Amino acid sequence: MLAVSAPSPVELDEPVSDELTAFNTPWVTIVWNDPVNLMSYVTFVFQNYFGYAKKKAEKLMLEVHNDGKSVVASGSREEMERDVQAMHEYGLWATMEKES
Amino acid sequence: MTEGFQRRRKGGVVATFTGFEADLLRSLASQLVELLRNETAAPREGDDPLEQLLDFSGPTTEPEDPVLARLFPTAYPHDEDAAGEFRRFTEGTLRDNKAQAAVGIIETLEQAGLPAELGEESITVDIELEQGEAVGWLKSFTDIRLALATRLGIEDGDDDYWLAVPDEDPRAHVYDIYQWLGFLQETLVEAVSR
Repeated sequence: MLAVSAPSPVELDEPVSDELTAFNTPWVTIVWNDPVNLMSYVTFVFQNYFGYAKKKAEKLMLEVHNDGKSVVASGSREEMERDVQAMHEYGLWATMEKES
Repeated sequence: MTEGFQRRRKGGVVATFTGFEADLLRSLASQLVELLRNETAAPREGDDPLEQLLDFSGPTTEPEDPVLARLFPTAYPHDEDAAGEFRRFTEGTLRDNKAQAAVGIIETLEQAGLPAELGEESITVDIELEQGEAVGWLKSFTDIRLALATRLGIEDGDDDYWLAVPDEDPRAHVYDIYQWLGFLQETLVEAVSR
């Protein structure tokens, strides 16, 4: 599932410098509003995947709903890639970027 | 007409569908599987043929089909290279997992008595899902609703527009199905939530 476990031949040309310079910069996972996903389902996903309490999950869901997006997790680049992939599996529209 | 999903006292959820409803769900799940397996997650064209044969990783560019583009969003909107790498390492797995979840719906319905072809006599299909299976159904319902909404062009706050679409417009029927799936999903979320 993770980039590091992929077959090595295709990885040889992968730059490593990005990883090194970005080492200390936290990354964030952002979930964006969409016209399809139900408020109850988005809350459920935040509880079920991240293990957030219902109150926190609802707060994040309302941010997505009212502000158009919400930062739902932060951590290393690898962790955020895992979270973004999981959000895509749940059908949520998620992206990641360096914390600003 | 189904009342949706209900929590079972000993854990898990149950639902009862008419033959028609179960058949519709099977058909929608099958179409999702088709879509996911159709546009293959193949390496880019023009690469060295040997390299292509040895490359088991996924695509690096966003799918052309708008539905697939929504199911597999770009993870790094401001970094094309990182977005391509992410896609290459994740899209294949995501496609497999999404297809697997949809196949789960089909199998559950058929194991619960949905025949390959609906006959004349009316039947009901009773299903039971454990928590894990229910989450798979929720994911698939989401994928199917995203697919229908993308094809219809549904946007925030346009309910009035869709309710005014005349019955003879085929989109009205698709919108009804979309709404019905939303209702089912709502009851399923309710039934699995703590």
